[in-house]
Amino acid sequence: MNDLTPVVTKLDPKDLALRIRKHAVRMTSLGRSSHVGSVLSCADILATLYARLMRVRPHEPLWPDRDRFIMSKGHAGAGLYATLAELGFFPIERLDTHCQNGSTLCGHVATHGIPGVDFSTGSLGHGLPVGAGIAYALKIRAATSRTFVLLSDGELDEGSNWEAFLFASHHQLSNICVIVDYNKIQSLAPVSETLGLEPLMDKFRAFGWEARECDGHDHKALERALAPASDRAPVVVLANTIKGCGVSFMQHSVLWHYRTPQGDEFMAAMAELEGTPNA
Amino acid sequence: MRDAFVAELTRLAEADPSVMLITGDLGFGVLAEFSKRFPRQYLNAGVAEQNMTGVAAGMALTGHRVFTYSIANFPTLRCLEQIRNDICYHHLPVTVVSIGGGFAYGPLGFSHHACEDVAVMGALPGMRVLSPNDPIETTACTRIAGTAPGPTYLRLGRNGEKKLHSALFDITSGTMIEMHSPESMEVAIIAGCGALDIAMASQELLKNAGISAGVWSSPWIEPFDQETTLRLARSVQLVVTVEEHSFFGGLGTRVAQACATAEGIVAQVIIVGVPREPMHKIGDQQFMRDQAGLTPEVVANRTLLALEHKAARR
Repeated sequence: MNDLTPVVTKLDPKDLALRIRKHAVRMTSLGRSSHVGSVLSCADILATLYARLMRVRPHEPLWPDRDRFIMSKGHAGAGLYATLAELGFFPIERLDTHCQNGSTLCGHVATHGIPGVDFSTGSLGHGLPVGAGIAYALKIRAATSRTFVLLSDGELDEGSNWEAFLFASHHQLSNICVIVDYNKIQSLAPVSETLGLEPLMDKFRAFGWEARECDGHDHKALERALAPASDRAPVVVLANTIKGCGVSFMQHSVLWHYRTPQGDEFMAAMAELEGTPNA
Repeated sequence: MRDAFVAELTRLAEADPSVMLITGDLGFGVLAEFSKRFPRQYLNAGVAEQNMTGVAAGMALTGHRVFTYSIANFPTLRCLEQIRNDICYHHLPVTVVSIGGGFAYGPLGFSHHACEDVAVMGALPGMRVLSPNDPIETTACTRIAGTAPGPTYLRLGRNGEKKLHSALFDITSGTMIEMHSPESMEVAIIAGCGALDIAMASQELLKNAGISAGVWSSPWIEPFDQETTLRLARSVQLVVTVEEHSFFGGLGTRVAQACATAEGIVAQVIIVGVPREPMHKIGDQQFMRDQAGLTPEVVANRTLLALEHKAARR
């Protein structure tokens, strides 16, 4: 029997997103690692995908009919690990080893020994070509699985993405869905001051994609935007987000791309998240 | 070599429907028949090697055995990080095929001279590196690439290379092929990266000069045949390596490294390869070989000189 029932619909995306955020702050604190702002930015995207949309089986991570997810912005790996642990792919306690000596949960996404991770990333501009290859392979065998790829906005500087944008629309890969975590801040400065991307929706459409835009922290809006393609074109969702979303002093900040929450800052961040209404 | 590759790939594609050929918009007149015969197993990814390599990784993750195909440095150096991270780290069954290794595209200039590819590919974790020396070895190497687990780099010449073996054979993993092994051998010449013809001609020149030299062909660069290398290095005066590739990081480096870390080595190692400096004067493959000092005469003269020095020291 081919059971396509999503395993994860029992999870509430709001609850999951809050848990991802708390894990991210704790993991980056324990491991003294960077990129907490990047995880907070995409926590709602991850929560919506895994609580509402992705067909996956935590007890059977390599289920051939699963939907695939590639975290191309691999530096936000803590967010994916937290999501997978919450779904039951591996024990939540394992998250405490993130970025510690001897751990396999490295600062950027890795597959080895980590159930549920479809592909290792860390160098930007790799995820979309690979996602396009998966989508192409699934399409020629008429599989119904979808492939989701999460990109950062700064990552769009990488030319390899634009090669893949051409490829996916040429081959009408309507089974691929790209989400751009558009927090408008990249490594050193705002995107607009580094390599401006606007008009971005126009660029996607000019490349032959069905482009949709939404609030990247609104779970219902994300769920609508991430719905299957309406025609043969691949789908890209421009998710407008806030870097560091959920912790006031981390929001809109380049600093928290690098800084690790320690001491009072850790306590303050956790307290703020604990106070977040969970409904 | 190109035709031998495509012929063997055709056999592989017929036997295994998961076999997939992705070209970076090259192979005019060479791949047309394959594409017509196996439309579901052929894809032209366009002039976009990074995407081609990522797509290959994605397809391999989804159950395909993929060959990426282009010429010179395009399928290797242009998308090196995709090969390292996407293919090698995930140990995927992807074979990167480069047509025109060494100076096969000599007249086209520096961009088309592929003389560092084996050094670079051979440094990647888990990468099998095969560099056949004639069309017959090409068939055997393609068969390995099409059936073995994990990634492979298959470095080919262009077309029209002479057959240097008399019959088709299967090559065993990581072993050299004995071409000529005379009694009371003083010199062992090991050839790789398309230079077996030079090695065999050198052996003739040395024979005329009264020197008894043996010749081995080494289509395997990774894994490398340490055992044969050390056996030879323990029994002859000189081990001479010849390769149409940079003298750095290819066959000669592996022979020297094997000898440097073993005991009981009596032989001196001479590495004949391409200098690291770019060559600005261009010409056909033979012209480029001449310029690089990659000729039977140079190999024979360097061998004779080294033997004289050795004798003088005694």
